Parts: sequence; structure tokens; C-alpha cells
Amino acid sequence: MNHHVSRITELFNSRSGTLLVACTMAGDPDFVTSIRIIQEMIDAGADMIELVMPHSDPVADGPVMQEAVSRALDAGMNTDRFFSLISEIRKGSGTPLVVLTYANIVIQRGVEQFYRDAANAGVDGVAIADVPLEESGPFVAAARNARIEPILFVSRTTSNDRLEKILSAAGGFIYLVAAMGVTGTRDGISGETLVCLQEVKGRTGIPIVPGFGISGPEQIRTYAGSGADGVIVGSALVQEIAQQVKLGSDPVPKVGELVRRLKSGCIIDR
Amino acid sequence: MTGSTRFGAYGGQYVPETLICALEELEQAYTTIVPSRAFQTEMEYFLKEYAGRETPLTFCRNMSRDCGCRIYLKREDLLHSGAHKLNNALGQALLAKAMGKKRIIAETGAGQHGVATAIAGAVLGLRVEVYMGVEDMERQSLNVARMEMLGARVIPVRSGSRTLKDAINEALRDWVADVENTHYLIGSVVGPHPFPALVRDFQTVIGRETRHQILEKEERLPDLLVACVGGGSNAIGMFHAFLKDDVALFGAEAGGEGIKGRHGATLCRGRPGVLHGTYSYLIQDAFGQILESHSISAGLDYPGVGPEHSFLKDEGRVTYLPVTDEEALDSFFYLSRTEGILPALESAHAVALARTLADDLDDDGILVINLSGRGDKDVAQVAALMGGRR
Repeated sequence: MNHHVSRITELFNSRSGTLLVACTMAGDPDFVTSIRIIQEMIDAGADMIELVMPHSDPVADGPVMQEAVSRALDAGMNTDRFFSLISEIRKGSGTPLVVLTYANIVIQRGVEQFYRDAANAGVDGVAIADVPLEESGPFVAAARNARIEPILFVSRTTSNDRLEKILSAAGGFIYLVAAMGVTGTRDGISGETLVCLQEVKGRTGIPIVPGFGISGPEQIRTYAGSGADGVIVGSALVQEIAQQVKLGSDPVPKVGELVRRLKSGCIIDR
Repeated sequence: MTGSTRFGAYGGQYVPETLICALEELEQAYTTIVPSRAFQTEMEYFLKEYAGRETPLTFCRNMSRDCGCRIYLKREDLLHSGAHKLNNALGQALLAKAMGKKRIIAETGAGQHGVATAIAGAVLGLRVEVYMGVEDMERQSLNVARMEMLGARVIPVRSGSRTLKDAINEALRDWVADVENTHYLIGSVVGPHPFPALVRDFQTVIGRETRHQILEKEERLPDLLVACVGGGSNAIGMFHAFLKDDVALFGAEAGGEGIKGRHGATLCRGRPGVLHGTYSYLIQDAFGQILESHSISAGLDYPGVGPEHSFLKDEGRVTYLPVTDEEALDSFFYLSRTEGILPALESAHAVALARTLADDLDDDGILVINLSGRGDKDVAQVAALMGGRR
């Protein structure tokens, strides 16, 4: 291990309260609009960006994300352009940026190469939706080599001994899968997830960030009250983009509005 | 995990974190319940008394004369439900019941696995829901009706290419959301560990029977075995009992439109990567996006393949060759008219490859084709393709 401190760790160390991680699909609805959406998210108060590199077969994702994958791939997104897009964003912003993708995207570029390219483009962390602890070895090693935080997932079905191993391998933050099933907006929060959040928090100093099913400031307030270090909002934002695209409108202003509304849920005294 | 999750470099468990507990539970059941005497007794009962095993190994007089060697068909088409799929469906449904699951989900391409699962669910009292791409529902409307009549619910899949690949995606998504109550009864030797090993073990009965049947009839092992390969469950089921023998093994893949057109010949023309939880050969672009496969037969229309086949290909133990839609269709008619047996379009790929391979055998050479399913389900599609020609 080196003594490099990532932008992600710096951010969590420098801030109290609950951070907002705004998630969007790279290249949705097109390359240029996607860059403007990300810049707007940052301007509207997102503390971190989770950018999804689309994969044709996203088994962890619900219909909203699946449709965004189609829009992005149809508009020509691929792994080369993905890193160009990140380089463009990095020209104007130092906001921490996390990549979410699927194993085959990383494997086809070459695992080491993917993490090197990500580091060169300015990526701070990488999460892979279909890489659990059991398969994480080569990915975590390549991430460490490239000074990228390997972000791993836990859920309320994660056993204790696996949780220990995940906590010792992970970097940056722990992605808490807050709803069983696929990504997509849901009402409310399961009590089991809040219990899980508090349990995991009691066992590690790594920030815990729930994602899946989070769409409004009320939910965020509840997570914040239970000690979440951040929250990830994806499908709700992508849904907003989809609606504006269908109407033929520019999605950027609506995305900004939603980010500000979500951000209002993050402000809490601890 | 207790043992290896891989076949050489292939296999593994590339699934979301939320599915690991279900795979652990399944592995536990696979290693403790399946080998138990009680389970094996129950399984043998259902295979023999209910499904109709053992299936015959039929000597083909006419085809043998025509092809110039001794040709046998392993008659999985005569198994209850009309295809080998029932071996696995009964095995996994019995296992699901022993695990206390109340609901079974499945994916289906040609509909044969969906029908087999509906049958197993009906006889064992388990609720069955089957994901099926809308394109496949059109091609295989007879099987949709059969599933519904057997009490299963067929859920149309409209995402992606609307075929088998997308039906598996939807089934995995469903399973993630309800792992406690649901068993995902996957239909081929694909998916995350332990599925490729579990499904194989329920299908190896095909090869075990073939082995003792051919020894009884010919007093020696065959020279050549041929099976079609989509996901690859009937092929693994046939090959496994012969892997250590001096028997040449051939897998017929979906060559589709031919060398420059669309196809489903994953092992012949793909590259290794991850799809549906397993590392195996895939049909994909340079960046790792999965491409749509194509085959005249819905059951072979899949851009992936079981990881053990990838291993057997790299080891050089099995030779995989593409058979085009046209060649398969030709052999569909050939077997129908030569032997009076309508093969499934999937199995017709194996028949076509066998006819080519027979050229290299002497008169006393022995070739066994795994006739994985019957062709009744394909009659309407073939009639439409022929446009009135018979």
C-alpha cells in the first residue's frame, strides 16, 4: 500500500454530513449532452459523480437504466469514448468521479489496461456490478496498481465472514446495496437495510454509501439520520433525462433542479 | 465456496453481491442433498417411471446404408416432454423442493426448457414462471401454449434482442429480487457456478446410458459422438461419460447464415468474456458489448456457451464446427424421410454434422448422434420457411 490519498478519501475526510453521489449513464443521450449533464450535476451540488460505462447486458439494472444503455450505445458510446468523456470533464472539475460498469467491459480492454486508462483519464474509483468478492482479486490488484479505489458492494444478505473480507479489500467507500433486486426508484426504505447500514458502520472506518432505490430527499434524510456517509441516486436522475429526451427538451435544467432537490435531503446536523 | 468454481480458466461467479447468498445456498444443496440416497432414489424414480428413461439407442438402418457407417441415435426425443431438458428440470425442481423453495423461475429459448420446467413444477407442486423473449414466443407459439396449459405463467421479455439471452437477464433480475423464496431453474450448462456443474450432473445420464447400450449392441465404444451445442447441456450430458475414452467428440454449433452472416457459433467464432455470470466464449464486439446471435433454431440462438465447453475446446478434447441454417433444415427433412423421425431443428444441426463426418468412417465405423429433441415444435416454422414447398 502506498500513501496516496484519493480525492474520494479527501472528500469524506473534509466533510461532515451525507454526501450526494449523482449517477448518470455516459453518453446518454449523446456524448456532448452527457458532458453538460455531468457539469450541471456538479454545479447543482453533487459531491461526487458516478458515471456508468454502459454494457449491453446489465443484469443488476432495472428498465430505466436498461433504456439508458440503449440510448448511449445507439449514440456510439464505447470504452475509448468513455475515457475521452472523462478527460473532458476533468479539464474543468476536480470533483471525485467513480466509474460503474460490468466485468466484460473491463476484461475486454485488459484488466490492467482498463485501470491504467481510467487513472490517466482522472477516475478516482471503480465499481463493477457483477464482480463480487469471489472474483474481485485481479480487479482490486489492478486498481491498487493504478491508484484507483476498488469500490466493493455489500448487502443485507452478505454473511459476516464475507463482510470482513470485503471490508479489508475495499477502498474509497462501501457501496451498500439498499434494495434487493435491480436498480430503479422505490418508495420508502426497508428497515433491514437500515439495520445493515448501522451494523456495517460499526465494523469499519470506510464510509458507507447506500445506492439502489433512492429517489427523493425524504429517503436521503432517513439514510443520513442512520449514519450513511453518502447516498447514490441513479435511476431517478436517468428517468428525468429519459423524460426530457422523449419530450424533445434539453434535459440539463431538469437534472440540475432534481440534484438541488436531492441535495436538500443531505443537509443534516449530526 | 468449498471447491473450484471453474473449468480451467472458465466459469466463476460474476454476479451482483445480492446473488452470492443464493449461489452459496445452492452449492450447499448441490454438495449435500444431491448425493444423498434419498434424493438419488427419488430422482431415479421420476426419471424411470415418470419421464420414461432409459431412452432407446436406435440403430438407423437406412441412414447407415446411405452414409456408409453404423449410425445410432440416442433418442432423447422420446423422453417425456420431447427433449432432454426434462432430465435437468426434474433434477433441479426436486432440489428446489428439498431446499424449501415455493416458486421456480426459468428462461426458455425454443420453449423446450420452459415446457420441461412447467411439467416438473406441475408434478411436484411448485409455482412456475417462465421468461421468454417475444421473438421466441412467436417462433415457438406451440410451446407457449403448452406451458400455459401445464399451469405455468409465461412472461414476455421485450428488452434487448428479445431472445434467450434477454430471457436469462430477466430471470437473473427476478432472482436477485426474491432469492429467499425462489429457485432459478436454469436450463443449460451456463450461468454462475454451481449451475454449469449442477446441470451437467443431471444430464450425464444421457452418456451413461449410451455407453452401456452401445457396449451391449456393438461390444465396443463408438468412434464418434455428435451433439448440437447452444448452451451445451445435451452435448455435455452425452460427452461426459466418454471424456477419458478414445472416442472422437464433435459439437455442432449454429452457423446461421454462413461464414459472413449472422450466427450462433460461439466457440467457433467468439472470444472469451463474461456473460450471465460466467467466463466463457462469447459473441461480442471489440469493447465487450454482446452481439445478437442468429440461428434458425431458437434453442441454439445464444451468444454464449457453457464454460466447460470452452475448456474442452481449448484442451482440444472436443471439436466444435458450425452448421448453417440451410444444412440443418436439409437434415431436418433428411432424417424425417430416411428414418421417419422428425428431429428438433437444434438436433438437426447434429444430424447434418454427422452426415459430413460419416464420410471419414469405414463401413464398420460407429457414430452416435444425440437426438436431443423431437421436431414437432418446429413444424409450423419449417412449413412457413418452405413456403408451400414440401
